[in-house]
Amino acid sequence: MSRPKIARKSTIVDMTAMCDVAFLILSFFILTTKPKPSEAVPIQTPKSVANKTVPDKNAIMISLNNEGHVYLSVSDDAEDRDKKKGMLEDINKSNNLGLTPDEIAALVKQPFIGTPLAQLKQQAHLQISQISSKNLPGIPAQDTTNNQMIEWIRAAAAAYEGSHLDLILKGDNVAKYPVFKNILTAFKKNEQFKFQMVTNQANVPQGTDLYKQNINSKAAAL
Amino acid sequence: MAEMDTSGGGGHKKGPGVKKAKKLSTRVDLTPMVDLGFLLITFFVFTTTISQPTAMHLGLPDDKVKPEDQNKIKQSGALTILLGKDNNVFYYEGELLPDGSNFKATNFKNIRDEIIRKKQQADTNLVVVIKPNDESTYKNFIDILDEMSINVVKRYAVVDISPVEDRYIRQTQGEPVEETK
Repeated sequence: MSRPKIARKSTIVDMTAMCDVAFLILSFFILTTKPKPSEAVPIQTPKSVANKTVPDKNAIMISLNNEGHVYLSVSDDAEDRDKKKGMLEDINKSNNLGLTPDEIAALVKQPFIGTPLAQLKQQAHLQISQISSKNLPGIPAQDTTNNQMIEWIRAAAAAYEGSHLDLILKGDNVAKYPVFKNILTAFKKNEQFKFQMVTNQANVPQGTDLYKQNINSKAAAL
Repeated sequence: MAEMDTSGGGGHKKGPGVKKAKKLSTRVDLTPMVDLGFLLITFFVFTTTISQPTAMHLGLPDDKVKPEDQNKIKQSGALTILLGKDNNVFYYEGELLPDGSNFKATNFKNIRDEIIRKKQQADTNLVVVIKPNDESTYKNFIDILDEMSINVVKRYAVVDISPVEDRYIRQTQGEPVEETK
């Protein structure tokens, strides 16, 4: 008679362990996944074997969507917000846009810039929920004669003068090369020669030189 | 657990019957818990891999460098890769011959073999020149840069396409050729 009682107890203990595991996984999952950053520009990035992570501070991200529209965003950090404000004030002054301090503050709060310079005033009056690639035409960079990215990168470089700046380019798979080239031209004209491109990680194909190199360096580390 | 299956049809009607029902109910409870566990694990695995984008670093050359300071490419070690539309890849070794006989068409699957072959042949002289045309996509460009890092090509350059090369690409792709460029 004592044996069946022990068996019953053991099943109850099993349940609690299972519960623990489930909640452990749940809490771990909640803690590790970051809330998705306001991604108003949907972009399918290409894959590459690059394995360095994208910096999330002191970075300016240029998004190039599938229609070839260009959007500019500054990383969301207290320090970066100040820089973004500086950038906008600079742009406002050098292009005589006539933005009021309130409009600049509104633009700083918005997740990205996505209009030609002349329409920046209109963008400042949009609600944050209205800011998406559907509503905004993007910064003109399609042709070389009216490449406003040059102006934006100039302002960015000036705002980050003396501190570290990472330029990040996030392009869509099907974006055409000429727009990308115009962005490169904007970088070059402002003497920003180093930048990063966002990709999804892919595995190194077996048997290639990089694969062998990685194996050798791992062996050396051991 | 194995004890559960031993349900003997006994003479006792009350005793064993009650025990059976209790044991069965605990067993049923376990399955959704396991399901939930696995569901969470799969979900967690999927979301974490997606939310970790990586960055590919690229340095641009300074256009203001005087021509005499620039490095000259040895023709024996040069491989020029051209990117066209619909993921087409073209390449030639050394200089493009006037009749275009060394202009070859390939694709992203086979270009790696070509790079490896050229790398073994040219050794330290290898320089890959990448020329995307106006109809190539950003993905093509990243893919070819990726090939450079996969095959550990130390020296490569991105150069604007010349009208002659663009015409060859258009001809090979079967498009009408515009003479004015």
